[in-house]
Amino acid sequence: MNDWYMLTLVGKDRPGIVARVTAALFDGGCNLGEASMMRLGGNFTIMLMVQFQGSAQALAAVISPVAESLALHPHIDHIDAALHQHLEPDVRITVYGADRAGIVAKVTGALAEAGLHILDLTSDVGGSSERPIYVMSIEGHAAEGIEALASALEVATAADGISAQLTPIQTMYG
Amino acid sequence: MAIFEILTYPDERLKQESALVEQFDAELHGFIADLEETMRAGPGGVGIAAPQVGRFQRIVIVDCSVTRKPVPNHGRLVLINPEVLTWDGMEVGREGCMSVPDYTGNVIRATQITLAAQDEQGQPLEFAFEGFEARAVQHELDHLDGLLFLDRLVSRRNDLFRRKVYQPKPTKAKKAE
Repeated sequence: MNDWYMLTLVGKDRPGIVARVTAALFDGGCNLGEASMMRLGGNFTIMLMVQFQGSAQALAAVISPVAESLALHPHIDHIDAALHQHLEPDVRITVYGADRAGIVAKVTGALAEAGLHILDLTSDVGGSSERPIYVMSIEGHAAEGIEALASALEVATAADGISAQLTPIQTMYG
Repeated sequence: MAIFEILTYPDERLKQESALVEQFDAELHGFIADLEETMRAGPGGVGIAAPQVGRFQRIVIVDCSVTRKPVPNHGRLVLINPEVLTWDGMEVGREGCMSVPDYTGNVIRATQITLAAQDEQGQPLEFAFEGFEARAVQHELDHLDGLLFLDRLVSRRNDLFRRKVYQPKPTKAKKAE
């Protein structure tokens, strides 16, 4: 039986969240899988594969005390998942420019049309409050080839003063 | 000919340092043929080191002529007792390993190296490698010292991946003397 859950936790960031959450999960009989955790806008966000021999309600009971004490909002989904399902990225794209609404939609829309399957995306806003800059980094799979993506990226970023770079990833297996 | 079983991490033997090859004989040549067959049996592999099959001697095979996208390469190379003479430049790149299935990670390697080694007869060799092939050679040499690419991982996030290929430096005009 598939016993994987996706646990998401979000709340105001403070030191020690990961240690306390994972200790509670371990004590509750959980095994952890792949995870992504990061601080976003002063909040700490956790997306975590949890293997657990029990119901979602039982898992909620395991996580509730620690989530409450850290003021984290939990969300639990039973998921159709397995480990060892990695897809290898073959392209990396970075985009940056003066921040404004619509950059992501425009750029990723053009890239999706050119065959990009996004496997990992992180973005950040830096600069100052008066002059914010937006920086986005994507790893993905180019289903229709790198050239198609390069052309799409050039068109999508040409007029807007957005800078973009596309780098093929050739993984070395030794 | 035979295909060896590949040791996979966390097998402790992968952390072992390998010894110099001293006998360049028929037994060695037979082993090298089998090591190469093992490398070619793996999907997409461009290199293999003897300790990956449980023989702790300083022998690696590299063949970067078989990559999906062509890269500068010296073809099939058997490098015995290899030693890096010089390093230059550095670049982050993605690596995987037959001894670490289902995981790839980012590793910083020198972009140019020169290397001394011996061939299958014990004769001296010297090479200059660059880019992808230099990365493959460094990855395989690490195995001889008991190191895996896991020992050299850098973050997958927030790395700068600018490469000369896509960001050519403007060529500086030579200064007039």
